[in-house]
Amino acid sequence: MDFSIFLIQCLNALQYGLLLFLVASGLTLIFGIMGVINLAHGSFYMIGAYMAFGLAPIVQSSFGGGFFATLLVGLFLAIVLGYFLEWAFYSYLYEREHLQQVLMTYGLILVFEELRSLIIGDDVHGVSAPDFLSGSIALGDTMTYPVYRLFMSALCISLAIGMYLVFTRTRLGMMIRAGSSNREMVQSLGVDIQFLYRVVFAAGVAIAAFAGMVAAPVSSVYPNMGSQVLIICFVVVVIGGIGSIRGALLAALLIGFVDTFGKVLLPQASGVLVYVLMALILLWKPQGLFKAG
Amino acid sequence: MRQALGQAFQQVKPASTGKRRILARAAACGFTLAVAGAMPAIAQSKDGKLKVGFMLPYTGTFAALGNAIENGFRLHLNEQGGKLGGREVELVKVDDESDPAKATDNVNKLIKRDNVDVLIGTVHSGVAMAMAKVAKDSGTVLIVPNAGADAVTGPMCAPNIFRSSFSNWQPGYAMGEVMAKKGHKRVVTITWKYAAGDESVRGFKEAYEKGGGKVIKELSLPFPNVEFQALLTEIAATKPDAVYTFFAGGGAVKFVKDYAAAGLKKSIPLYGAGFLTDGTLEAQGADADGLFTTLHYADSLASARDNAFRLAYAKTFKLQPDVYAVQGYDAAQMLAAGLSAVKGDISKKAEFAAALKVAKIDSPRGTFTLGKNHNPVQDFYLRQVVGKENKVISVASKGLADPGRGCKM
Amino acid sequence: MLSKPSAALFFVLAFFATLAFYPLVGGKFGVDLVTKIMIYAIFALSLELLVGGTGLVCFGQAAFFGIGAYATVLLSPSNDAAGLALWVLAILAASIYAFIVGALSLRTSGVYFIMVTLAFAQMAYYVVHDTPLGGGTDGIYLYIKPVFGPFDLDQPITLYFVTLLSLIAVFVFLARLSGSRFGRALAGIRVNEQRMRAAGFSTYAYKLAAFTISGGLAGLAGFLFAVKDGFVNPEMLSWHLSGAVLIMIILGGIGHLRGALIGAFAFALLQELFKSEAIFGAFAKHWHLGLGLSIIASVALLPRGLVGVPAQLQARLWGRSSRRAQSLGGTDVSH
Repeated sequence: MDFSIFLIQCLNALQYGLLLFLVASGLTLIFGIMGVINLAHGSFYMIGAYMAFGLAPIVQSSFGGGFFATLLVGLFLAIVLGYFLEWAFYSYLYEREHLQQVLMTYGLILVFEELRSLIIGDDVHGVSAPDFLSGSIALGDTMTYPVYRLFMSALCISLAIGMYLVFTRTRLGMMIRAGSSNREMVQSLGVDIQFLYRVVFAAGVAIAAFAGMVAAPVSSVYPNMGSQVLIICFVVVVIGGIGSIRGALLAALLIGFVDTFGKVLLPQASGVLVYVLMALILLWKPQGLFKAG
Repeated sequence: MRQALGQAFQQVKPASTGKRRILARAAACGFTLAVAGAMPAIAQSKDGKLKVGFMLPYTGTFAALGNAIENGFRLHLNEQGGKLGGREVELVKVDDESDPAKATDNVNKLIKRDNVDVLIGTVHSGVAMAMAKVAKDSGTVLIVPNAGADAVTGPMCAPNIFRSSFSNWQPGYAMGEVMAKKGHKRVVTITWKYAAGDESVRGFKEAYEKGGGKVIKELSLPFPNVEFQALLTEIAATKPDAVYTFFAGGGAVKFVKDYAAAGLKKSIPLYGAGFLTDGTLEAQGADADGLFTTLHYADSLASARDNAFRLAYAKTFKLQPDVYAVQGYDAAQMLAAGLSAVKGDISKKAEFAAALKVAKIDSPRGTFTLGKNHNPVQDFYLRQVVGKENKVISVASKGLADPGRGCKM
Repeated sequence: MLSKPSAALFFVLAFFATLAFYPLVGGKFGVDLVTKIMIYAIFALSLELLVGGTGLVCFGQAAFFGIGAYATVLLSPSNDAAGLALWVLAILAASIYAFIVGALSLRTSGVYFIMVTLAFAQMAYYVVHDTPLGGGTDGIYLYIKPVFGPFDLDQPITLYFVTLLSLIAVFVFLARLSGSRFGRALAGIRVNEQRMRAAGFSTYAYKLAAFTISGGLAGLAGFLFAVKDGFVNPEMLSWHLSGAVLIMIILGGIGHLRGALIGAFAFALLQELFKSEAIFGAFAKHWHLGLGLSIIASVALLPRGLVGVPAQLQARLWGRSSRRAQSLGGTDVSH
């Protein structure tokens, strides 16, 4: 392939990888800090996408808001949902074994899918990007690149930077990092660990849902979108190292490139490649690329 | 009081702890097995009524198609006063979720548990293959109202298996002829990697290369993946004269939109099997304008038969009909034709099949007959998207018959 | 007074006897359904050896199941197949893949082990899903059902009893295994691997052996499944199925072989219950909801699985005696 096409494929890979990072970062936070394997994480992504679809007309008619207003409303609702779920359900999972967590969150996936089916139905839906982002930029003579995808990548990068700043520069970030290394010590120092966990969980849910909302115009909104993203997210988290945001970013980008170029260069093996990558990395570094933090 | 009771229990228990536990467990076991055993007894056919079992997708990507097929069938049934071939019809439904993995179980539910006389299904080719296999083994009459898997009227064909829709090969072949005639020399194909996609491209390739064209690249991605971006870049890099595609349902919506968003629509004309734009125009919007597709149905046929059908369908279901509704409607017509010939006695399989072999079905799509392999021999129309409709431009292929390769009937 | 192990034995015998007589009351559909459940029970037993017996949580068991099934279909010749050869080949194929996967993944542990086993299962899944080896998403067909000497597996009743016999054979095999030196070593590894190593056991070899045997047994279940339906497809290797079989043994109760039996039946029957239109009417199409809630409820309320229910009930109703029951033996690896 010539250089300009190569660059465009790199753009594609970057965009896919960054979106994966966004969803996976929530998973690695919850996994790393609370030690909970949450199979239902993909469902939060799905909930975000369906919120983008379902809320848009409501936001439009109540106060004439457009895409960004819907995003903000959806983000707020997702935080509330995350807070509620942690209080009502997930807080009981902390002491349980991994197996039980797997089972209960698997049951939760089924519940979320059916609730979605009951509330919205099973049709495939499209979500429109806001008008000023719907154009395409010309790259080369035949190919144009959708502006919205560039916007998505920019958004993901800003969020990644934001997360980094929160973790390294704020008190909250410091408490979170401390809590993941030594829970009891942090508690005995007077930090309300329950509240901390609730905040982290709500953040994880909100980020995943936000990713779903942002991706909705590009990926469309359909049943099972949660399951598809879930497994890849686990791969990202495991390759990157459980609890490591830096690792999740690197792993997500790695997977984005392997998947994109794999689809083009080795279409028959493209599905397998990501898992081969994971197996190889784990055999080289059994704990993933980075340690937690 | 509680203590006394407790003591009494305590004295009795030691000798019989184990036994009580075993009895409790055995009882639980027996109960559950009895329930399982009772379940077959729940569904028995009522006297005199013909039991028709629908195995269609009522949930998932193809739910709208499943509902349209059932609606079409019911429309014809109602037009005949609830009777087909003189016999009253009872309908049973199973949701196949478009999942080939559960297909055999679901068909067995209809055939072994509900004891249906006739099977109608389905949309997804993979599921239809499982249905065909079970129907072939059990001899139950099966009418396929959509799934185009070539094998159903190919190596899997049987005297009791019929199709009211098409074979994947047909619309592809018709489009191959069209694109060769239009003078496109180099074409790229893109589809999902499953039976429907592969067979559609194969049919297309056969006619197109016979007409002097060359397929320079065949792109595919796993079903039901809709991340087309990387492959769209590939298409742009290859710079073909045109692109032929097969996608259906949600994937078709996304592909058409992504194709336009990538700027390819202006420079590289997109053609497809009709499912690309059938039932999807509302969601695709302006991105679908001008697209050419081939299918055995269109929105503007304007024949008396089609107008009457469309009017009745719109009145009854408050929806516009599509090709899936027509196929469901014709499945009912086919069943009626066969049943009339055997005077309602579905067990007369040979006469049933013989009657359908010579039947002329008066369909909203135009009249069609069944080929030797029980697949419709029908006209394929070249359509273009104008406004929110698939308008007929011409007849792409008249009386196109699927070759039924591998069918030993 | 019946001691605990004998009570369990009696239960198992009663269970198999019920299955043996079931075809007399079950209709065509019932026989079909129970055959399927028994195959899943064999599948669940294979995983129980790993999870309950050795303490290895494998999230990729479906790969061995699917490979056994695909091997059956791919290796069956187009004429009357010698069933015996196919059965052995299916188990062999699954065991070989299990050996490879085990050799590589047993170097990791904990949650990473879970993920690596998942990765290897996904690899197998994508090989049959995307390459010409499998039939793609639509799967492939077994056109001729194998003949096992005088047993024609095309007959549902014959297949039912062959499956039942296989189930009993696997159960007895695993029961003996857990009582043997090998089984005790596995139990030791499950409880404290470091101590076992200090005692001189090469734990890696034991774990690998268990992993391979487990894979082979899953392959046997896959063979039976392919023969029953005459059809295989990639979903037989999907992580959903790996998850489902994990749920079956957790639901039944880990650490007990009969837990796998109970779990397989409970899970399958729960599914049938929620799918039943006779009970739920139009809501039956949302059966996943009921199933999901049941799974959550059962984990929350039945931490030791269904096997632990009688003990839990006892503890609730006759509080004092439960202490006696507990002291009589909370054996972990019982039948």
